[in-house]
Amino acid sequence: MDGFPILSVMLGVPLVAALVCLFVGANGARWTALVATLANLALGVVLWLNYDVGGAQWQFQESQNLFAGFKYALGIDGIALMLIVLSVFLMPICILASWESIQKRVGEYMAAFLFMELLMIGVFAAQDLFLFYIFFEAGLIPMYLIIGIWGGDNRIYASYKFFLYTLFGSVLMLIAMLWMANQSGTTDIPTLMQYDFPVGAQTWLWLAFFASFAVKMPMWPVHTWLPDAHVQAPTAGSVILAGVLLKMGGYGFIRFSLPMFPEASAQFVWLILGLSMAAVIITSLIALVQHDMKKLIAYSSVAHMAIVTAGLFAFNQQGLEGAMVMMLSHGLVSGALFLCVGVIYDRLHTREIDRYGGLSINMPRYAIFFLLFTMASIGLPGTSGFVAEFLSLMGIYEVSSVATFVLTTGIILGAGYMLYLYRRVAFGEQKNADAAAMPDLNMREYIMLTPIAAAVLWMGVYPESFLAPMRQDIAALDARLARAEPAGDAKIEAGPPREKAANYIEYAGDHGEGHESEGEQ
Amino acid sequence: MHPILAIVFLPLLAAIIGGLTNKAAPAVFTKSITTGALFISAALSWPIFLGFVAGTVEPQVVPVLQWVQSGTLSFDWSLRIDALTAVMLVVINTVSALVHLYSWGYMEEDPDQPRFFAYLSLFTFAMLMLVTADNLVQMFFGWEGVGLASYLLIGFWFKKPSANAAAIKAFVVNRVGDLGFMLGIFGTFLVFGTVSIPEILEAAPAMSGSDITFLGMRLYTMDILCILLFIGAMGKSAQLGLHTWLPDAMEGPTPVSALIHAATMVTAGVFMVCRLSPMFETAPTALMIVTFIGAATCFFAATIGTTQWDIKRVIAYSTCSQLGYMFFAAGVGAYGAAMFHLFTHAFFKALLFLGAGSVIHAMHHEQDMRYYGGLRKKIPITFWAMMAGTLAITGVGVLGFFGFAGFYSKDAILEAAFARGTNMSMFAFWMGAIAALLTSFYSWRLMFLTFWGKPRWIESEHIQHSVHKTPEEAGEDTTGGYHPHESPITMLIPLGVLTLGAIFAGYLFKYPFIDGSSEMVDPNGFWGASIYFNENLIHALHDVPLWVKLTATVVMLLGLFGAWLAYIKDTSIPGKFVEQFSLVHRFVYNKWYFDELYNTIFIKPAFWIGRLFWTRGDIGIIDRFGPNGAAWIVERGVGAAKRVQSGYLTSYALIMLLGLVAAITWILM
Repeated sequence: MDGFPILSVMLGVPLVAALVCLFVGANGARWTALVATLANLALGVVLWLNYDVGGAQWQFQESQNLFAGFKYALGIDGIALMLIVLSVFLMPICILASWESIQKRVGEYMAAFLFMELLMIGVFAAQDLFLFYIFFEAGLIPMYLIIGIWGGDNRIYASYKFFLYTLFGSVLMLIAMLWMANQSGTTDIPTLMQYDFPVGAQTWLWLAFFASFAVKMPMWPVHTWLPDAHVQAPTAGSVILAGVLLKMGGYGFIRFSLPMFPEASAQFVWLILGLSMAAVIITSLIALVQHDMKKLIAYSSVAHMAIVTAGLFAFNQQGLEGAMVMMLSHGLVSGALFLCVGVIYDRLHTREIDRYGGLSINMPRYAIFFLLFTMASIGLPGTSGFVAEFLSLMGIYEVSSVATFVLTTGIILGAGYMLYLYRRVAFGEQKNADAAAMPDLNMREYIMLTPIAAAVLWMGVYPESFLAPMRQDIAALDARLARAEPAGDAKIEAGPPREKAANYIEYAGDHGEGHESEGEQ
Repeated sequence: MHPILAIVFLPLLAAIIGGLTNKAAPAVFTKSITTGALFISAALSWPIFLGFVAGTVEPQVVPVLQWVQSGTLSFDWSLRIDALTAVMLVVINTVSALVHLYSWGYMEEDPDQPRFFAYLSLFTFAMLMLVTADNLVQMFFGWEGVGLASYLLIGFWFKKPSANAAAIKAFVVNRVGDLGFMLGIFGTFLVFGTVSIPEILEAAPAMSGSDITFLGMRLYTMDILCILLFIGAMGKSAQLGLHTWLPDAMEGPTPVSALIHAATMVTAGVFMVCRLSPMFETAPTALMIVTFIGAATCFFAATIGTTQWDIKRVIAYSTCSQLGYMFFAAGVGAYGAAMFHLFTHAFFKALLFLGAGSVIHAMHHEQDMRYYGGLRKKIPITFWAMMAGTLAITGVGVLGFFGFAGFYSKDAILEAAFARGTNMSMFAFWMGAIAALLTSFYSWRLMFLTFWGKPRWIESEHIQHSVHKTPEEAGEDTTGGYHPHESPITMLIPLGVLTLGAIFAGYLFKYPFIDGSSEMVDPNGFWGASIYFNENLIHALHDVPLWVKLTATVVMLLGLFGAWLAYIKDTSIPGKFVEQFSLVHRFVYNKWYFDELYNTIFIKPAFWIGRLFWTRGDIGIIDRFGPNGAAWIVERGVGAAKRVQSGYLTSYALIMLLGLVAAITWILM
């Protein structure tokens, strides 16, 4: 792979295809987009296969000086690799999901999606601070358009809300970036990741980045844009929003906040854990009372993302790896859940839960997929959700039993709202004639859902495939964080062990010493 | 290739193939491969178990696949086989194979048979993964897997709202227990740096004096870890407080109740405590809690069992109560006795459930015992099978001669509780004795109401439906002309096999289970290192006074006499009793109001708070003062700015002048 600028090619393919889409008519645009995203998926697989696990930290590096120290620099580590693979994996599925449901301005729609793909890959591959910023912020535009043009009835409100929230954070981040570049004299991300900023400055820098990433995640209480955006976005928009865009916040934390400002991160552990705990409880309870399927899943996303933030700020390998797996897993699972909503939305054009019911009868295959993804969302062992949840919470436990206790109640509430949803949609009598008449999955929908299902199970049974590429990078991050690591609250103190087992009793029956039996309790 | 691989993975394979073909193939295809797989698994399991009994098989661990590796945390998929696993293997596979076969008859008319059989096999696979686990996480995998299967099977008739509600309740209540289990695993890793069971058990004694902070409390490390894990066990085994899901789980088809909610899944908690027994033995307080909860459950559930009318609910509460026995046996250190009761209980309780299924089948899906009566002659094979089950559960036997299965295991538990000699264990002993009386009473009550007396069939809506008559039309003939029919052969064979188990399982295996070998008390015998073997306790257990050994038999006879008095001799007694003690009866009949309590303090507030957070929090505060507030300010700001940009030259000139003055002032200052 030496010398072949594969990352640039992966950026170029969607760019070219996006331009083509504008000129080839509806069907041409669909096929162009599909072919381009599949090509990028193939490139993603090549990237993964050629990624040298255990090799250099940064691989596939490209660098080009542009102007004023501003560089076009790309390169990935294992963390970025996994997120890029997730992005290119979801893209063709999104194109398929839009195949029939999008009928107006198809060319522009496909172009927006392809442009989106370019920006997503760019965010994860950028190695220059400002290049990252451009990709990161530009990601707003296509999503804004996708919601605003192809969205539901209340799309304008949703798209403004989305824009307002996310833009608010970015301004502060840009200022922080300028200061950092000025202070350290470089905009190279790998260098900055090793740079020790003064502890006092770290606090402000951390907060500036936090403003941006917390909105992107989204963390409670800056999450209210998400339910509206999801509800109004077309299916594929929701998939990409939940699947990849939310991960940019988590990626930001793991790429910037933690390695660049370790001391400040340690300072704010309780802010993060506190917000995460609030998010899990509050948004789970809100999810319980939703009538709109997409809103319900959107709120559940906030709860899952809270596990990510908490896991990231556990300052240990399990927490970090758990958070990464949670991002990948949630990307697949929530994406799949939105597809599942899309499948029935396409048939009945409503997201009202009460309009469905008894779908297991007329759509048994659909019910199986939906069940699998529901279970993965709940974190059933054997699915990706479990590995994610388990590792993150395991990591957090080393910091705080209180936080773990509160966050783990999420597994109860999660089971509550997801099974309640599943029951109302798939079980029960077929009380609505039009819902009862819906046909089962067609071939296109099969092709969309099957790969995600396979990936979810793969990640659940043999997560090593996904953990291995990231292990070294996370270990490096863990080592860098070690100096600021907060002490756990367990404080185990050894004492002299008991000499006898708890239920030990004296028995002297055979030795003629009487029958007095005595316990220690 | 070790046979354990076939034992564990054949059911999975069958479930996948059966589930994927579903209705594409004829139902008999799925039924055959799932049932076939289970019979093979059962046939392969018995030699392993008997090998451990004979002492010819060595414990071993068969690795399968790496699972997770994260920092110092790593755990794999692997299959552990030792005496404890072997016991569970025969219990699970035997009962499962028989239940599969039974379902051929019981589910005959159901259009969704492939799905049913696939679920059953999937359940069996998950249960096998649970009992062969070598680390806590794989145990948790099995734990949740059986939970999923249980959820799917309770809600198998998913058109029924009550079945759906019961399924969700089972899953969510179990999740409350799982919260404890997960925290227990996290804590265990924090303390020991591993989740491998043998390593934990080895390291546990050294930590028995240490303490730890949990939720701000300073506690003994081992106590809190064991309590957390036990909370998981309480959920799965439906112990007091987390028991509410089990009676509702009876919404599932009866074969499911027999397999999952009697013989196997609900015993997982007991299995877990026994598997971790060396760890629990380092935690005296945790063991006291185990003993207390077990004893309390065994009494509490038995009281409810005496008042219920639904035949399956009676047996469900009976299960709950019997699980209580197993727990307090473990709590006092008699792990062998706990496992022995688990073993015998699996046979006789599965028998009772399948027998009840056969009665329900005969009575046109009527489950209310008030509408049974006089069935002894109509379905004699079912009757004799149920009889054997009842003799086994009530513990009929003659000391030193022969007894039915429950006679040996329940006696051993009561004796162990007595021999242990602490206040808590004496509490357990007396609770167990009272519960044994109640067990006998409700079991015979069930038999008498069902098989004796005059038929009361025509009162049943199901029967009315079948014979197209109302009670008035039927007049004197309280059968309504309905003819109960004996079940088909596929249902009777499992009843027969389980009857043998209910009669002989106790007699045949009492020595290895209780004593460890057939000649003497031997800690290195049957159990080997698979459980903590309390040698002195077993010696003491054999030396308890004679009255203790006879207690169980005496209370059993009392219970039988009471039931005979109330349901054969003078059937007006129950009515009078209820009238006299209506308050007590109502309390017990309504299951001590646990459901109402939980509904009031958990379920309703959860929805209420959810709505509050949504409408008042998200919409009322965050949106109002956040984005909408910002938009409002911008709008107002724009209004102000608009007025400034009026387009009049004079006002621009004025502003320019003012600006200029301000600038000059600034510079001069």
